[in-house]
Amino acid sequence: MTYLLAKVGAWTLGRLKEMGRMFNFILYAFYICITSPGHPRHILKQISFIGAKSSLVVVLTACFTGMVLALQGYYTLAKFGSEGMLGVAVSLSLIRELGPVLTALMVTGRAGSAIAAEIGIMRISEQIDALETMALEPFKYLVAPKLIASIFVLPLLCAIFDVVGIWGGYLVGVELLGVNPGAYFGEMENSVQWKDIYSGLVKSGCFGVIIAWICCYRGYYTGHGAEGVSRATTTAVVTSSVLILVWDYFITSVLT
Amino acid sequence: MIELRGVTKAFGSQTVLSGLNLEVPEGMITAVIGPSGEGKSVLLKHMIGLLRPDSGSVLVNGQDISRLGGRGMNRVREKFGMLFQNAALFDSLTVFENVAFPLQEKTILTYAEIADRVHEALLQVGLSGVDAKYPDQLSGGMKKRVGLARALLMNPSIILFDEPTTGLDPVICRAIHQMIRETHARFGYTAVVVSHEIPEIFDISDRVAMLYRGSIIQYGTPEEIQGSSHPAVRQFISGSLDGPIHPI
Repeated sequence: MTYLLAKVGAWTLGRLKEMGRMFNFILYAFYICITSPGHPRHILKQISFIGAKSSLVVVLTACFTGMVLALQGYYTLAKFGSEGMLGVAVSLSLIRELGPVLTALMVTGRAGSAIAAEIGIMRISEQIDALETMALEPFKYLVAPKLIASIFVLPLLCAIFDVVGIWGGYLVGVELLGVNPGAYFGEMENSVQWKDIYSGLVKSGCFGVIIAWICCYRGYYTGHGAEGVSRATTTAVVTSSVLILVWDYFITSVLT
Repeated sequence: MIELRGVTKAFGSQTVLSGLNLEVPEGMITAVIGPSGEGKSVLLKHMIGLLRPDSGSVLVNGQDISRLGGRGMNRVREKFGMLFQNAALFDSLTVFENVAFPLQEKTILTYAEIADRVHEALLQVGLSGVDAKYPDQLSGGMKKRVGLARALLMNPSIILFDEPTTGLDPVICRAIHQMIRETHARFGYTAVVVSHEIPEIFDISDRVAMLYRGSIIQYGTPEEIQGSSHPAVRQFISGSLDGPIHPI
């Protein structure tokens, strides 16, 4: 019994210590972003990597998400004779919820895993130590540009997701199932509020912080060798994805 | 001068350094020798503040760096250069970008001035025409030389070499040792070289310290170390299987 209690206590203390270290990490990262964010070329490189290079996967996901939403929504709305509300259903689902969440999950899978692996490999091959020995702040090169880029890029990708998703819904709803195009866009214009768009973009910015934070952290404190980097990468993706969904619930309850 | 006073460091239950004392004299090459896994790299990382002692202190030119934070530590590190065991070159940058990196980030020199300095540093270590290559396109010896060029570039007063010749053939090994000797003669830096290369390391060292079981068991000139009567030192130098050092 004592042994079990000791094990549980040690596990709890370990998790608390880990959480403390994670919070210190993000606080220090924000401090570096404000005091010495680094050369703009480092930030632009990350905007290109996290943003531009994720756009194809975001566009594809958005298009098919919009299409399937229209397909499912049409048959549900048809039961009540409200096919004209299809545009509203698709757009509100995308703008409020699916756009920010799916964009964040796609970016986590594509860029987040690469961030964790890149920093992890730099850690095990002593490249981060080399930066420190040159009296250079590793956060300035490895964390701050990624954090700044993520905060800016995620809302932009989310906006692209929303637009493409709405057009995907249009293709299925209007071109395939015969919904009136005027009703599709007209009802949307009447129903979608600025607050819906705003809350979706704020969510995306928050998800950008989560992705950069968790993936950089896991890479920075990776374990030993290739197995350590592999584990860090997997943990980064899983933890980021779970945190995105958990945070989504809380931020939705605050913003609505 | 670097001075370690009563430095103790443990990782979990394993004590690596145990009350270690060492003085590294200014302007000399001090070699740290000892069996594998005894903590030579850990010792080196304490000297530059990459690791902090659990107890004891590390003094660089009289300043205790063991409790220094961010900016204070960076000011001390300005004095240092370090050549890592695997060179630790930035693998996403070319040779030129690797060597130029500290200059680009810490000075306001123009591109042309940086290029001149980089080419000069590469020539000093016997490299030319490799500017555009990436680290994974270089041999082990070339990586070490690029690492040395990067370490020399900021004219540090102290350079730490972590096993600079590990994994290299005897000819390149000798060439690297000669390069250390030559650059030391030219720039007069204080050097600490962690090495297993016995007896070659004695040719380039002014002082030798033997690390064994967490502390320095013998310190002196290469001649004194080679003439030591300490059984662990004698066994290590001779490479014998018989003695206090257990190979496995």
